[in-house]
Parts: sequence; C-alpha cells; structure tokens
Amino acid sequence: MPDLLELTPDGLYCRQGDFHVDPWRRVPRAIVTHAHADHARPGCARYLCAAPGKLVLRERVGGGMPIDTLRFGESLTINGVRVSLHSSGHVLGAAQVRLEHAGVTWVVTGDYKTQADPTCAPFEHVEADVLITESTFGLPLYRWQDPAEIAAAINAWWRENQAAGRTSVILAYALGKAQRLAAMVDPSIGPIVGHGAVMKMVRAYRDSGVRLPSIDGVPPRARKVGNGRALVIAPPSVAGSRWLRLFGDVSVAMASGWMTIRGIRRRRGFDRGFVVSDHADFPGLLEVIEASRARRVLVTHGATEALARLLRERGLDAGTLPTRFMGEAVPDRRSAAADANADEAEPEDDDGADNDDRGHDRDDDGADDAESAP
Amino acid sequence: MKRFSELYWRLDAITSTNEKLAALQDYFAAAPAADAACALHVLSGGRQPRAVSTALLRQWAAEEAGIPLWLLEECYAQAGDLAETLALVLPPAATGTEPEAAGLAELIRTTIDRLRSEPEERKREIVVNVWRRLGMQERIVWHKLLTGGCRVGVSQTLVARALAEVAGVDPAVMAHRLMGRDTHTADTYRQLLDPEPTEQDSRQPYPFFLAAPLAQEPPELGPVADWQAEWKWDGARAQLVCRGGAVAVWTRGEELVSAAFPEIVAAAAALPAGTVLDGELLAIRDGRLLGFTALSRRISSKRTTKKLIAEVPCGFVAYDLLEESGNDLRGLPLAERRSRLERLGPPAVNAATVSAESRPFADGHTLWLSPCLAAASWADLAAARATARSRGVEGLMLKRRSGAYGVGRTRGDWWKWKIEPLEIDAVLLYAQAGHGRRAGLHSDYTLGLWHEGRLVPIAKAYSGLSDAEIVEVDRIVRSTTREKHGPVRVVEPTLVFQLAFEGVALSTRHKSGVSVRFPRISRWRRDKQPADAAGLDELVRMIGSPAVTEPTP
Repeated sequence: MPDLLELTPDGLYCRQGDFHVDPWRRVPRAIVTHAHADHARPGCARYLCAAPGKLVLRERVGGGMPIDTLRFGESLTINGVRVSLHSSGHVLGAAQVRLEHAGVTWVVTGDYKTQADPTCAPFEHVEADVLITESTFGLPLYRWQDPAEIAAAINAWWRENQAAGRTSVILAYALGKAQRLAAMVDPSIGPIVGHGAVMKMVRAYRDSGVRLPSIDGVPPRARKVGNGRALVIAPPSVAGSRWLRLFGDVSVAMASGWMTIRGIRRRRGFDRGFVVSDHADFPGLLEVIEASRARRVLVTHGATEALARLLRERGLDAGTLPTRFMGEAVPDRRSAAADANADEAEPEDDDGADNDDRGHDRDDDGADDAESAP
Repeated sequence: MKRFSELYWRLDAITSTNEKLAALQDYFAAAPAADAACALHVLSGGRQPRAVSTALLRQWAAEEAGIPLWLLEECYAQAGDLAETLALVLPPAATGTEPEAAGLAELIRTTIDRLRSEPEERKREIVVNVWRRLGMQERIVWHKLLTGGCRVGVSQTLVARALAEVAGVDPAVMAHRLMGRDTHTADTYRQLLDPEPTEQDSRQPYPFFLAAPLAQEPPELGPVADWQAEWKWDGARAQLVCRGGAVAVWTRGEELVSAAFPEIVAAAAALPAGTVLDGELLAIRDGRLLGFTALSRRISSKRTTKKLIAEVPCGFVAYDLLEESGNDLRGLPLAERRSRLERLGPPAVNAATVSAESRPFADGHTLWLSPCLAAASWADLAAARATARSRGVEGLMLKRRSGAYGVGRTRGDWWKWKIEPLEIDAVLLYAQAGHGRRAGLHSDYTLGLWHEGRLVPIAKAYSGLSDAEIVEVDRIVRSTTREKHGPVRVVEPTLVFQLAFEGVALSTRHKSGVSVRFPRISRWRRDKQPADAAGLDELVRMIGSPAVTEPTP
C-alpha cells in the first residue's frame, strides 16, 4: 500500500488524488489548512479550504484564482480520494485535512490548538491510521494557562499602563492572534487600536461573521494616537520601529507561546510577555496524538526529533517530516540557550515561518509616510 | 515566600531604576524583619552552599513530570536555565492548593537549610513536597535559592537607597551601616532601620567639591601665583575617612569601597584619629601607574582576592585635608589646608618624574601626597599639560590658593584643564534603538576600524550627534539594514564618524584587542567613505605610553 502523502520539492503531495496539501510552490491544486503564509502560498491554479476561512485566504493569496470550500465535516472525492476538512482551532477557518483511500485514513493536522478561542471553531478530534502533526511547542516546558487568567493579566497590565499615562502595545500576528486578543480583553477599559496589517484581517474576520469589539485603525497622517489610554495591537515587526512613536510613552508586550521562556523575553527586550499561543501546548499535542489512535505519526514544524523519539519510546511508529520553513520555524534553541547573543537563533514568534514580515514592512512604510507628511 | 517571589519578578520585569527603587522600598516596608534579613542577603549577592546536587533535582523532576531524563535535558537546552526548566516541566500545583504561607526565612530554614543535613531519600521527599506547594513563579525563585544562583539585577547602592528611605536616614548612612556585613538576622536588620544616628554612622564622608572644565584661556584666571596646579590623575576620586579607630574609603558616587581596598585601609590606620583626606585611588605597580582600566577591576570586583591585589596593587594620592583632629577644615583657604596636609607626612610623588619610564611612587608606601607643579607662568603650565598624555595623566587641575573647600560643582575656584581628546575616523557597523527620549530611534552606535581587509568593532558610542542628525542616521540605518538581531541592526558600512576618546588600552575582553575610554562621536564625516576610515593599527599606535597600558592578566 503506497503512502497517501509523500514529500516532493513542491511540498506534501497526494499522488492518488493528484493534489497538494499546503504546497510550498505554485501547483495546479492546493488544499490549504489555513492562511498563514507558511501554509498558504499565492499563485496556485486552484485552492480548496474550509468555508469559514475563505475570505481570510482570499486576503492572503489575492484575487483571481478560484477558491473552493468545504464545510467542516463535509467531504469531496478527488480522483477517488475522499477529502474532508475538520476544525483545527488554530485561526479562523483553520482545518485538519482528512484523506481516505482504499480503506486507509491519513490526517494532516496543520497548525492547531486545543484551547478555546472565541474567534474560531474548536478543535475536532479525528481518528487516523497515519497522523501528520505539527510540534511547534513539542517539549514539556510548554503548558498553557487558562485563557481567562491570561486575559485578566493583560487587562491588569493595560489598566496599570493607563494609570501611568502609557499606551499599551501588544505584539501579535496580524492574522489570528491579533483578533483573538481583541476578543479576549475587556473592551470597557479603553479604546483598542489596530495596526494596518491587523485591520485588514479584522475586516476579513468581520466579513466572515466573527464578532469583534470595536477596533480603530490608525488614521493616515496621524501624528499622535492613543493618548496613553489605548491598547494597540500590532505585528511583532513594529518592535523598535518609528511607527511606535505615534503612541508616545509605551509599554510593549509580546503575546506568544515563546514568552514562556524568561530568557527569550529578556533578550528580546519586551516590557512584558504574555503566553498566548494559537498552537497546542505539550499536553495538547499528546492528547491529540492519542485521540487520533494513529499507529504511525509523522512530526513536522517544531520540536520534531524530541517528540518523535518520545512517541517511539511509547510504542508508536514515529518519524519526522522536514518542512521547507524549518530553518525559521525551528529555532536552534540549544545555541540560543548557550549564547545570550544568539538572538538570530530565536523564534521571531509562534509562526517564525509566517512571513507576515513582508506585510508589516509595507505597512510600516505606510505609517512612516503618514507621519512624515506635512 | 510569596512576597519575595513577587519582588523578584517585579524587579525582573522593570528596567527603570526609579521603579526598581520603589519595588525594593515596598518590599522592605512590608516584609517581616526575619524575611527582610534573608532577602537582603540574597539581594547583596550573598551565596549559600548548594543544598542538593542538580543531577538529583533533574532526576526527581523528570520522575515527577513522568518524562524521560533525556527529554528534560532537551528542555534545559531550550530554556537555558535549570531553575526555570524544572519549574516548567513539573506538573502544576493542584488547583485549590493553598498558597504557600511560610515566609522566606521560614521556607529557607525548613527546606533549604534542612536539606543539607538530611539523607538522600529524605531530601527527595522534602523537595517534592515543596514542588507540590509552590506556584510556578515561586518555584523558580526557590530553585534559584536552592542552587545558590539567585541573582537579582539591583546594585548595592540601590538596595541601600531603598533601605534608607524605609528607615528615614541618609543613603550614605545606610550604605555605611551595610558595610562589610553580608548576613543578617532579624535583630541586625532592625538595627539597620534605626532612624537615630548610631556609633558607626560617624564614618560619613564630606560632600565632594567638584571641578568644572576650564572654558576660558588660563591667563584670564589672573596671576598664575594665585593658583595651585596639580596633575589630574586618571583614577577614582575618593575620601579616606579615619575616625574612631576605623577607616572608610568612599568614592565620589558615595559608594563605600573599603572592602575593595584592604591595603589602603591598612595604611590609613596609621593616620591620626579624626582625619579626612580627599584624593584619588590609583592602580600602582612597581612604582608606576597602571591606568584606569586596571583600577576599575579592583573597584568592580565583588570579591577582592589576594591574587587580584597582587596583580593590581592600589594606592591613594591625597590632595586635600578636610578634617584634622576631628575639626572640619573646609572653610580654611586651600594654602592653609595644603600646608597642614604636608605636615601630616605622606611622601610626595615627584611631580616631574610622573611618567612611564621612571618610578615616581616610592616603594613601601600606599599613601602619597599629590605634588604641586612649580610654574613661573601660564606658559610653563601649558607646557606641562602638553606632556600629560605621555605621563598617563588626564591634564592639570587648577585650584585657587585662597579658596575654601566648596560643595558640589561651585564654579570659580577649581578647574580641570584636560588634554584634548584623541580622535579617529570609524565606520558605523551596528545600530540599536535608544531609550527614553530617543526610543524608537537608532541612536546607539557600534563603530569599527579596518583590520586585514575587514571592519572590526572597536567601540560603542551613544552621543555626540544633534537630534536632527540622529533622525537622519536613523533613516539611513533602516534603509541599509543587512540583518536584524533583536533590537540590533547590522548595517551596510556607509557612514563614517569621527570618534573622540580619552585613551586606549590593550584589552583581553574586547574582540579587537583594545578598549577605548569615554568614546563619543565628535563629528559626522560626510566627506569620507568607509574606505577612508582608519585601520586598527592606527588605534593601537595611540596606546603610546605603556604607563596607561593594562597589564595582561
């Protein structure tokens, strides 16, 4: 029985169905788990994604190419392979891909979390013979707190900053984390302001029917915003940028699973770190792997070697699956730990691979223009 | 324990000195004396022997977490901190667990102190029991206490200031009360907070009289005979306070450094009671000056070892007498204070022979008298000043003979007539965003010089450009960024700056092999390309006199 998915230079490929899952290059038919840039590349001839994620994916890959959708749980047969999508709880519309052919089931989890998130559907457990799982936080260091406690900590920090006349800036991915944070915090504390890259995705979320509190964009040519009262949600690339000067005195916090580690928080120079991740923590990964009842597990994206070894010790047939983005997504933490100066070895953020950065730079430039205009 | 853990994490989260001070004050104002005494020990960098091996801690934590030991090691490699790794991998305290009620002192006594005397199987029980009782952040702090690595980023001066506020005494008084004592009990801690002056408070220094940089031409000061001229030593300003049979050495920053200079304290013990000298700490070996970089090793070392004292012997050069037989002389004219100082008897350094070649500091002494330079005219002094760099001094001091010993930076009677800085053209290599007013602007620069076809970093410079220039440089930095490492940007070498500095010394701690003193940017050389910048060899040649060369450790 040949494998249902194999790794090719274009990414994961299903020969039987003649389609790719989260391809790295332009291919004729791409099934996309979610719209983060390391999973959704522009330029494919035809896309398939979960229905709730269509507008977000459209925002990312641009107009033109057709995007087919499936509701969560609905199935479609492509060249004899039965394909269905199941919520992965990562961001709006993020899906696990289930493939069934000749009595064998493969599931590609994509990125996922088991924690509750008011801005997307919850994770659905799916059984599989072979499971391809992500492992961004695949070490027992990572165990998330109750989101309600984190929300309370963020609210308290925001109030503290207000009392000191400082604007609160929280850095988070423009897609997913930013909207989740907006939905987590207490909007009665003060105004919420979004960076341009965040606002684009806020619109896509709202157009997809997600309820979010009121979020203001930064007006073009604004000279001063926030007045020490606002919570500003912006992508991580604005850290240390001129755009931040719009807000006067600021306290800058990073929202990321990596903020678990004090050394990373300190070296990156953030005032605060909040452990908010759209990925599963270590217990979450183990729970999902166990519930899948898979006998064979391929680990990708993250602490692959360690998790695969642990699964083998527990009697599973487990291996690793390289990803094109591995260099960025898997920080070389050993050297980061050994050398305080090895900043480059640290993760940019949860999806080190998410090249949101390009988007930010563009938006930064916009902000700079707005500022320097007379 | 909760209160101390909160202090630890509060200090960890803030960078502002004022906020750190507030955090310390809040803690000391609220903590019971026994806990505060333990905290003070930890904050002062006091160590305790390790109570249990980290190999055992790793093994027990892996067992408690239900993970193989190799996986815990993987975690340690990622987190880079054992105290944190253990705390994170352990199962969280069961919900509904009462917060740990024991204070810092009690917890240390009942766990860490006990671990030292218990057999191994009992040790595991004690440790696991603590793990189950403590929250995540408290666990990390407890691990750090347990493994003897609890370091907190606060200076001793800051701790003294916080305690002074709480006690309602002068910070200098508190610094003095804290001197030479690194373990405290509840009783000694209460004595520290005594708002009334105590016996040992009598070792206070006088406020330092500071010189202003000479802005005018020297002849405008009037007849040269009205002025006493001395070498401006490249050391650390200090007062030797000898009262009631004890000696205290205070630096200009009101830091008590007696413990760092035992040879000076020993020598000053021979001075009559009720003597206060103003002068300079200097590193002197074999009768010659070693330079400021050597001296700073002594000042900044936490532990003054015999080896360090042998490598960098230090002395005190006195130039003023502020108190004699317990009487405050500061109101007397300098000429009178000077003649009394000379009668006190330390041998004068030979002014003329201060240089690299000769040995101006007499053998067998630790205290000297700063010599006055003989001058018939301002031209004589200008000529003397021109030789300053080769002598390893910073220039001249000019003091009005009729002047009293003032307070602070009162202008008019004390002038420093320093030599012009050294300068070199260097290339901008890295830029980092500044703080405060310059937040978000790349205003901290690392500059480099050519060496074997490559640019090697030689100095960090923070100031010297106008605000408008900083904004302009910031824009260029952003558009020429080659790599980003956290807040630091590596830029294409395009900008050349003239770097001014006070001296160069060989250094084993810098990649370039040299360190420059007080580097700052004096000018943006828009007329120069990176290729026109200087070579490292040019900087090395400026080391010039071996008198200012750091000894190779």
